[in-house]
Amino acid sequence: MPSLKDLRVRISSVQSTKKITSAMKMVAASKLRRAQDAAEAARPYAERMERMLGNLAGGSTGRSGAPAMLAGTGKEDTHLVVVMTANRGLCGGFNSNIIRASRVLIRELLAKGKAVKILCVGRKGLESLRRDYKDLIVNSYTDFGRKVVIFREANTVASMVTEMFTGGQFDVATMVYARFKTAMTQVVTRQQIIPFPIPAAAESSDSTTVYDYEPSDKEILGELLPRNLAIQTFRAMLENAASEQGAKMTAMDSATRNAGDMINALTMKYNRSRQAMITKELIEIISGAEAL
Amino acid sequence: MADTLKLELVSPERLLLSAQVEMVLVPGAEGVFGVLPRHAPTLSTLRPGFVDVYQGSAVKERFFVTGGFAEVTPSTCTVLVDEAIPQAALTAAFAAERVAWAKSQIEQAAGDDDRRKAQDALGAAEMMAEASAGLH
Repeated sequence: MPSLKDLRVRISSVQSTKKITSAMKMVAASKLRRAQDAAEAARPYAERMERMLGNLAGGSTGRSGAPAMLAGTGKEDTHLVVVMTANRGLCGGFNSNIIRASRVLIRELLAKGKAVKILCVGRKGLESLRRDYKDLIVNSYTDFGRKVVIFREANTVASMVTEMFTGGQFDVATMVYARFKTAMTQVVTRQQIIPFPIPAAAESSDSTTVYDYEPSDKEILGELLPRNLAIQTFRAMLENAASEQGAKMTAMDSATRNAGDMINALTMKYNRSRQAMITKELIEIISGAEAL
Repeated sequence: MADTLKLELVSPERLLLSAQVEMVLVPGAEGVFGVLPRHAPTLSTLRPGFVDVYQGSAVKERFFVTGGFAEVTPSTCTVLVDEAIPQAALTAAFAAERVAWAKSQIEQAAGDDDRRKAQDALGAAEMMAEASAGLH
């Protein structure tokens, strides 16, 4: 049975924890607003670019001489998995969900006898995957998106991926990140980025229009493909940042509520044991008086 | 009523403009071209220059763009730009700053690829300076 003083100390410590978590919740809420706006503002560009590329790709597949980034290298022996996580914890299941999905993917690929390379964007993913797949990690970025996601950072990742691809270091690249839906729900998504997945609608040739190309379709593709990679990376990073703040807000909200419950329970216990002590003292006094 | 086409001007950060317009002038890689409704489907890269939006036979809005892509279909024109600066924001001071920045980038550039990018940025910045001098 803890003494009254112990209980008082515990109550006050839970109270300060509650203050911290509720402050973190509010910080996350305000960051979420900004991150969500940024993620939603970036969607039109990424979607239009995807559509444009889809139209273009629909027209040029099957023809020889299509760029490798579009058509693939013709084999799929080596896979690159780009794992995007947050740099910091305390955001509920956010990081572990992404990491779990990545592990599933990596195991699947390894089971099929493919070679796997891992590129980590975000410190949490690196720390966790390093334990099991130390030899597979080719590179990592752990200082991105400190305040806001900057396009230049996404571009760094994308040009790194492009360089590895042109260097023949992998055949297929997949990104794993959390797509932002609402503050409560984030959907862990696998997105294939190389070779460019042609949308099903564009593949039926009757729906695609024949374009005039200026300067030429090869040159446009040559510019559009790396650009698209950067844009898709940027978008994934923005979605991830918004998801992180959403997850953090939800996690901190439930932590605050738990702390509140705990304080109630502890206060109840404190009052009970205080009452028990008073009753015990009274009994002692009364029985002492009766004995005389 | 005159025919219109749907123009969408999008930068990576946001959707700048989405409106029904009568005509757009787009600075294509092989020359400025005008887009009217029922234009033949075209895909073009852009070079630095002005995108002019025509409404009621007059220029309604102008944007300086540093580069990007344009997709034209008979009823739409989608312009994906790297960066777009509304004409009002394009001042000599702004352009001078960009020129200075691009020059410093060239100096810092490590490797040919970086240098080439910085050169492109300088080219765009110098065009900006020229354009802003002509405007104000």
